Amino acid sequence: MNVKAVILCLLLKPMAVCAQGFAGLGSVAQDGFATPSSQTVMQFPRDHGAHPDYRIEWWYVTANVQGQDGTQYGLQWTLFRNALAPYEASGWQSPQMWMGHAAITTPSAQFTAERLARGGIGQAGVTFAPFQAWVDNWTMAGRDLNRLNLTASGPNFAYDMALTAKGPLVLHGQAGYSVKSFAGQASYYYSQPFYDITGTLHLPSGDVSVTGKAWLDHEWSSQPLAADQTGWDWFSLSFESGAKLMGFVLRGDSHYTSATWIAPNGQATPVPNGAFTANAVGMHRVSGRDIPVKWHVQLPSHGVDVTVSALNDDAWMATSVPYWEGPVTLSGSHSGSGYLEMTGYEN
Amino acid sequence: MMRAIASALVSHWRRNPLQLFTLIVGLALGTALWAGVQAINTEARASYAAAANDTAQFSLITSKSGQAMDMADYIGLRRAGWLVSPVVEGDLAGISLMGIDPLTTPRAMGLQIGGQGGDLAAFLLGDGQIFARADVLAKLPKSLHGILRADIPPDTAITDIGAAQRILGRLGQIDRLIVAPVQPMTRGPLADNLRQTQPQQTSDVARLTDSFHLNLTAFGFLSFAVGLFIVHGAIGLAFAQRRVMVRSLRAMGAPLRAIMGMMLAELIILAALAGAIGVVLGYLMAEALLPDVASSLRGLYGADIGNSLAFRAQWWLPSLGIAMGGTLLAGGGALRTLARMPLLASAQPQAFAMARSEGLFMGSLILLAVAGGLTIWGHGLVTGFAMLGALLIGGALALPTALSGALRLCFALARRPIAQWFWADTRQQLPSLSLALMALMLAMAANVGVSTMVSSFRLTFVGFLDQRLSSEMYVSAKDAAQGARIADVAARYGKALLPIVFADRVIAGQTAKVYGVVDHATYRDNWRFLDSVPQAWAVVARGQGALINEQLFRRAGLNLGDKLAISPDISLPIVGIYGDYGNPIGQVIVAKPLFDSVFPQTVALRFGLRVAPAKMPALRRALREQAGLSDAAIIDQAAIKDMSLMVFERTFTVTHALNVLTLAVAGFAMLMSLLTLADMRLPMLAPVWALGITRGQLAVLDLVRAIVLAALTGALGLPLGLALAWALLAVVNVEAFGWRLPMYLFWTDYMRLGGLALCAAALAAAWPAWRLSGMAPTRLLGVFRHER
Repeated sequence: MNVKAVILCLLLKPMAVCAQGFAGLGSVAQDGFATPSSQTVMQFPRDHGAHPDYRIEWWYVTANVQGQDGTQYGLQWTLFRNALAPYEASGWQSPQMWMGHAAITTPSAQFTAERLARGGIGQAGVTFAPFQAWVDNWTMAGRDLNRLNLTASGPNFAYDMALTAKGPLVLHGQAGYSVKSFAGQASYYYSQPFYDITGTLHLPSGDVSVTGKAWLDHEWSSQPLAADQTGWDWFSLSFESGAKLMGFVLRGDSHYTSATWIAPNGQATPVPNGAFTANAVGMHRVSGRDIPVKWHVQLPSHGVDVTVSALNDDAWMATSVPYWEGPVTLSGSHSGSGYLEMTGYEN
Repeated sequence: MMRAIASALVSHWRRNPLQLFTLIVGLALGTALWAGVQAINTEARASYAAAANDTAQFSLITSKSGQAMDMADYIGLRRAGWLVSPVVEGDLAGISLMGIDPLTTPRAMGLQIGGQGGDLAAFLLGDGQIFARADVLAKLPKSLHGILRADIPPDTAITDIGAAQRILGRLGQIDRLIVAPVQPMTRGPLADNLRQTQPQQTSDVARLTDSFHLNLTAFGFLSFAVGLFIVHGAIGLAFAQRRVMVRSLRAMGAPLRAIMGMMLAELIILAALAGAIGVVLGYLMAEALLPDVASSLRGLYGADIGNSLAFRAQWWLPSLGIAMGGTLLAGGGALRTLARMPLLASAQPQAFAMARSEGLFMGSLILLAVAGGLTIWGHGLVTGFAMLGALLIGGALALPTALSGALRLCFALARRPIAQWFWADTRQQLPSLSLALMALMLAMAANVGVSTMVSSFRLTFVGFLDQRLSSEMYVSAKDAAQGARIADVAARYGKALLPIVFADRVIAGQTAKVYGVVDHATYRDNWRFLDSVPQAWAVVARGQGALINEQLFRRAGLNLGDKLAISPDISLPIVGIYGDYGNPIGQVIVAKPLFDSVFPQTVALRFGLRVAPAKMPALRRALREQAGLSDAAIIDQAAIKDMSLMVFERTFTVTHALNVLTLAVAGFAMLMSLLTLADMRLPMLAPVWALGITRGQLAVLDLVRAIVLAALTGALGLPLGLALAWALLAVVNVEAFGWRLPMYLFWTDYMRLGGLALCAAALAAAWPAWRLSGMAPTRLLGVFRHER
């Protein structure tokens, strides 16, 4: 899952004022927002688009890519939607707020950028057929979700990528209904973890042609965190065997974990609370706080016992809602690569 | 021991309360004028800074046509990668309502929506929230949800762009786009219908109004100098009178170091006290003048400063410091002389005063020579001010010698004994009065100088308005189609239609506006050049020359005949240079056909209309009905001129108030000197009285003496004031703003100032004279009884 921050209370007030939990996601759904139901059956391509009656939503691409010289890079493209009210309107009266985050992580540097936009005026949005998600000139677009072009640019970086899906969509939890806490908070959550990705990174040192693997998440909800939950550690791991693992720990009074085991053919097996474990084994000081950048991750039911290490310990997203997000490498029972996201670490 | 010294020092003031009063009031008044002027300047600058937070620091994108942009322009740029933020602005009940998009405004603008009653969701949705200062909120319609914010510029209200478009009835319109300072690595080109302008290095308003503040600062500075002369006089006198006491103290064994230390401490305490009083008085004065200053600035430059004055450390702390420094400067010399005095020297206050005045003339000559040297070889604003200072002090120091010469001449011409005694006695008093007279002369010179500058500015500006606003009516069109309809109407009712069209260009390395002007008698008849070739307008009309304004001429170091590159392949010789007052940037004028070939995409949307006065109402009606112009888009020339003149009247209110205040300070100095002299002069008056001149006659003679001295001083102050005006107009102004104001002379003003100076002197002499006329004969007789 990419339970992600959303913004706008944040844009304007210090974090502490924003109710409980990371980025206010622990606040109770209200003001007529819809709440996810386990009975809902996802409809595609319609559900690739936006759900303005839910408070928060995100489309999230992470990629592990490699240059011709073997250098590893991480790449992130995210579009967040945060609704001030559960409807869409055209023009400046739209209550839908959009935020884009983009990043390139190299072994020695982190490049990030952020965009903010209002809905209703065409500056940002998501349509499902043809699929297009955009904020300003950052786009993720294609005829459908199987072939996408992905672009973003910041003050000192840009990228221009092409994605091709090599496997099916994966629905997390119960057919896409993903439970997030003991109290029953939940979201709708599915992924496309089987992209081949190729393209060019534009860096201050010059252009780099890269190829690799990408992973798309799409998730929406109105109240994904329980009141006591302060943040999460999220892992998307791709093993050399072709199997994949998505797992997360929601940190609260007692931790809540959830995971999905994805076979090489795309067959998804939900993993209940407690079966997936992740323990921090190495800390790093970033932006005035201690962040765990080395983890011991276990899923005994599938024989997974790996050490997860950051490619760049300083993969910090110094955006209006700050968090750590970066590429990782695996060693132990399995080898491979993946992405790690950690939120809610206060300084 | 220390107690003994302290009580001896204090006893002097107890015996001479008037001297203490002079010292404190003189310093307080000088400080008050300085502090008041600085308070006004500081308040104004703070307001400009608040306004500059607005958009002046950012590059802007606007439409080339001068009309509003639409949402497609904005979204097109965002989708091409441009980090721009939309602004719509309009008038709402006399308030500038600014609509912004808080999600895209550059962070450097520092606008915080959340907190202090603001809430993002409430700001963006529904009726929205409007941020403004208290006085603006009071003027807003009650239906709008106002939020009090002190950091919003005066007369401005800020709200969400969606709400602003609704309130202003301008749905979908955008006036300008603020360009964020940092842009992404990849970005599309700017659309053809848009143009980007670079940020101003400093805000325009601050530069424009600098001229106004310079006037005020000059006034404050000169007033303080006048105050310093008073303090210098009072301290010099007090220290001279205390020579006996210091000698006695030392003879009794008090160490010199302790006495000096105590006297220094005494000076510092007095300065702090007087400075504090001055700061409070200055605040009151500034508060009284601020509304006039504010309306002057608003009318002159459209610069808004609030009507309320804050007690800011930026002005009161330096004011206190300058009071302290000034006192030490004034007292330092006296203290040093006292310290060097031999223990057994006799204490002769009068001789002391005489000896000191002898060195003044040499000092004066040196300072005047320095001023002359700086005028010829100096460059830069600081040098300009240094030259001003040298000129003023040099002029003031020359006063005793000049007066003494004049009095000697009068004495030589006098035949009757009383007249001879009168002139001799006047000359004898001169050393004691010279400081007060110098203060009077400085005040007079300052007033002449500043009045000349302000009045010259007015005359020049009004003349300039006559040239520039030569059309009877000015109209602005929304678009080219409306422009065509205006031309249609004008052809039927008016005498001529003069399009006003310009484009921004970098010319000779300076940012400048290039104007295209049609060939018309209006320009030939009305425009005056600072310098030009014969038939300059005809040469321009043939497309064979260009005219430039004085700013471009001075900044780029251009001259008549120099070639100016208007476009990569067109260069024109400069055939004329015109004055362009109040405008910070360069201008070039070329023929309209030539302009159209260089800037084919720029269309004229503003026009001057020549029309016979009788046809004005009909033309106005036709413009409204047939060309669809709103009243706001039609401006009468007369209305603009009336407003400009009204603004100047406000400026004069301020100038006149300061005139009277400085002369009052100088008059006060004179009063104090005369009162101090009154007792010392008894031994000189008593014999004359004994010879049969009545006390009344003596009193009248004293009054006449004060007026004669003031008249002589005023006469000498006039040339000094004119020199000061010349320095302000031709040196300081050019260095500061890039244009030279022609100097005009205003004899009635000078007469009025001279009259005021005489009044001040007469008032100052009146009380001592009245005391003399009623003095008990026993006191005069006592002079003979106590004859040494």
